[in-house]
Amino acid sequence: MQDSYVTADGRTIGATVMEMKNITLRFGGVTAIKDISFDIREGEVRAIIGPNGAGKSSMLNVINGFYHPQEGEVWFHGKRRHEMKPHQIAKQGIARTFQNIALFKGMSTLDNIMTGRLTHMKSGLFSQMAWWGGAQAEEVANREIVEKVIDFLEIQAIRKTPVGRLPYGFQKRVELGRALAAEPKLLLLDEPMAGMNVEEKEDMSRFILDVNDEFGTTIALIEHDMGVVMDIADRVVVMDYGKKIGDGTPDEVRNNQDVIDAYLGVAHD
Amino acid sequence: MLYREAGDFKTSYAKDQQTFPIAFDRWGYFITIAFAVLVVPFILNDYWSNAVILPFLIYAIAAIGLNILIGYCGQVSLGSGGFMAVGAYAAYKLMTAFPELNIIFVILLSGGITALVGMLFGLPSLRIKGFYLAVATLAAQFFLVWLFNKVPWFYNYSASGQISAPERSLFGFVVTGANAHPATSYLFCLGFVFVMAWAARNMTRGANGRKWMAIRDMDIAAEIIGVDPLKAKLTAFGVSSFYIGIAGALLFAVYLGAAEVGEAFGIEKSFLILFMVIIGGLGSIFGSFAGAAFMVLMPVLLKNIMVGQMSWPTDLASHFQFVIVGGLIVIFLIVEPHGLAQLWRLAKEKLRLWPFPH
Amino acid sequence: MSANFYFGIEVFLNGMMAGVLYSLVALGFVLIFKASGIFNYAQGVMALFAALTLVGFQNGQIPFSHLINAIFGTNIHHFGWHMPAILAIIFTLMVMILFAYLVEKYILKHLVNQEPIILFMATIGLAYFMEGFGDLMWGADIKKLDVGIPQGGNIWLEEHTAFLGGDDFYGFYLDNLDMLATIFAGLLVVSLVLFSQYTKTGRALRAVADDHQAALSVGISLRAIWVIVWSIAGFVALVAGIMWGSKSGVQFSLSLIALKALPVLMLGGFTSIPGAIVGGLIIGVGEKMFEFLIGVPFLGGATENWFAYMLALLFLVFRPQGLFGEKIIERV
Repeated sequence: MQDSYVTADGRTIGATVMEMKNITLRFGGVTAIKDISFDIREGEVRAIIGPNGAGKSSMLNVINGFYHPQEGEVWFHGKRRHEMKPHQIAKQGIARTFQNIALFKGMSTLDNIMTGRLTHMKSGLFSQMAWWGGAQAEEVANREIVEKVIDFLEIQAIRKTPVGRLPYGFQKRVELGRALAAEPKLLLLDEPMAGMNVEEKEDMSRFILDVNDEFGTTIALIEHDMGVVMDIADRVVVMDYGKKIGDGTPDEVRNNQDVIDAYLGVAHD
Repeated sequence: MLYREAGDFKTSYAKDQQTFPIAFDRWGYFITIAFAVLVVPFILNDYWSNAVILPFLIYAIAAIGLNILIGYCGQVSLGSGGFMAVGAYAAYKLMTAFPELNIIFVILLSGGITALVGMLFGLPSLRIKGFYLAVATLAAQFFLVWLFNKVPWFYNYSASGQISAPERSLFGFVVTGANAHPATSYLFCLGFVFVMAWAARNMTRGANGRKWMAIRDMDIAAEIIGVDPLKAKLTAFGVSSFYIGIAGALLFAVYLGAAEVGEAFGIEKSFLILFMVIIGGLGSIFGSFAGAAFMVLMPVLLKNIMVGQMSWPTDLASHFQFVIVGGLIVIFLIVEPHGLAQLWRLAKEKLRLWPFPH
Repeated sequence: MSANFYFGIEVFLNGMMAGVLYSLVALGFVLIFKASGIFNYAQGVMALFAALTLVGFQNGQIPFSHLINAIFGTNIHHFGWHMPAILAIIFTLMVMILFAYLVEKYILKHLVNQEPIILFMATIGLAYFMEGFGDLMWGADIKKLDVGIPQGGNIWLEEHTAFLGGDDFYGFYLDNLDMLATIFAGLLVVSLVLFSQYTKTGRALRAVADDHQAALSVGISLRAIWVIVWSIAGFVALVAGIMWGSKSGVQFSLSLIALKALPVLMLGGFTSIPGAIVGGLIIGVGEKMFEFLIGVPFLGGATENWFAYMLALLFLVFRPQGLFGEKIIERV
């Protein structure tokens, strides 16, 4: 177990939360991830970068249990995690957003974010049918938490708007809100800034840093925009063709020859 | 009194989540209920009760049930007729085997039995999606009808193969059988409709409803944020079948009095209820009522006009009914997939701003 | 060998031929599904409508005569001619093409990009509409359809196979009509495959099936393709309508063969022509053999009503993509 340390901007990075050991994932004959190991420490912003098709999204899908690796071990909070369904993993405190927005189109912003609270809501079907006592109290208590998320993300005005009608940037924000509402121990972000303009990217970076700073949430994110990644990440994993080619602080990665080759191409003579 | 929400400030989350946030709607709702309980029983006659009111109430329950499954949870079922048959035959077996059992328990238990059968047929929904599932539910429809037709135990070995409801009373009033007064049958069904619609509304606006809608809108994302798809789908099948089973039990025991499975609960019934849900509005409790009212009233109206006023032969009227229903289904799906309920909502939106729309 | 064994074979053969007819209806579904992603519930009613129209033309019935009589108090029924079968078939085909055009113009065009389940429900509506419309147009009474296909059992086959099974066995009883239908269905399948593989239209059809957008971008008219596909489906419906109609009369129950074709599709997969054929044969043979071996002796018969569905249901639980479908990898 490593010691915790304090970053330059005053955040405390704690012990290892999640550790991937020698993960290999295949689809039929295609190997998407080859023997990758890395760890995520408590309170840090961990980025996974790499060119298209490097296996980044597959990696995220392994972390939250949507894909099951053929080889390797996943350790979470010091215990080996056995093969589980995604919804069980969500209940352990891992929440995520998606590359292509996966909001519930038929529901309002408020209802979408309320779905993030589902893992915390325990009242039974019959209590809900009657809608007094447990069910209503629980609904109101969870609504308060959701309202805090709505305030945090500055989306009060679209609370009751069906999400299908929202512009892209807002949809991304609502999706982040849904994941935040779950109060996750580990938050996975799959290209949170894809397709955004500069201002929207700035907003989103600010939200990500604030989440990390204010709630101490551990974050693992995939991103294409190198500039953004280097600015907000504490440590970076670099993937290429399913293999890990670099791992370390942004500065270390920036100077890694393999990484430079992968991104800029190598001259073959 | 204007149709406004301005000035009607919500001071708690509970109030913000109520069913009728606008005062005018709340009053409309209370007045409707008062009218249904205090006035209708005294002006109800046999014709209205049998042709319109009873079928409307009973089909409304079935439509709410199917709407929970299709409109809220996104699982299409064409087996409603078969599930209604389960409710009806369960009620019959319970009534004949336990003559002492209170009729309310008979109906509720029939719903419970149907819920179990529905969950059994809902199991494949885990692996089969979309219209594959719709077709798979036809298996329930055909198998159940065949079962009730072929196994004499279900109809107590009666020579005709029919089941008929014995007379049962509630608080001294006859509710089933030939001697039931229209007003008692009406109030009996109304009670069920009221409680069940209210429960459905509560289930769909809370955590449970969100689980269903999450599965409907994007099942993979729902699972990843922590919804157990098996549990969510099975509760939807269970609750939906419970409603449909109760509707089947009421249809048989209170409305028809006697039934033969192929005739009363065939595939046409499955489609009838599906149409109520589509025309009324997917994902809306109010829509279920609107759809049921529409599908019950329309044939009566057509018959009155074509046969009664213009003295056409009856079969022409029934052909027209097919043409109109089919045409309306297509039109609604093209123009307004959320049905009558959405039209009603739009009308209310306009009304909120009236008379100054800008 | 005992007579029962040969009865078993006879049931098997009859099942095969019933299966071919199921395949024929299923084929209409597959064609439309491949080209437009629509699961056309109305396929069965199209067969009924085609058969009704055919009989109407043959007998010189006046369309909507019941309605006209009811409105104007007249008493008209027939034009008073009798059309030869081949001419009536050609006219019916033209009606089916017109129908395809109208469906495209008034329904499909407005439902582009909707979810499959909405499209499916729209075709249920279409089926209801057509059922009522067909009845209004031609009347709802049961009609006899005779286009000159030989009826009844094949005597020759029966006489020449009687020696097989001893005293209790009188030879295989196979229906002439069924055998002919089998041949027709085979021809139809072969010509459809050839059409889609070797003609320009066929190529366009397959392109649309693969990717609507991409097909549009290379200049294929989606709307024209849809009209063509629905016309072909109409033609297939006509063939099915003739076969089933000659066998058991033109009546409402004919439209229910669509319901029989559904499990065939689930088994074979919605996009595979060979799947439709193999699925049809499996269901046809399966339900006849089940009825013969288990249904009648142990369950009181009439298991044909549900056997196909249960088979398809159980099958799908273990292999959701059908016999010939590809394994689905889900992504997020």
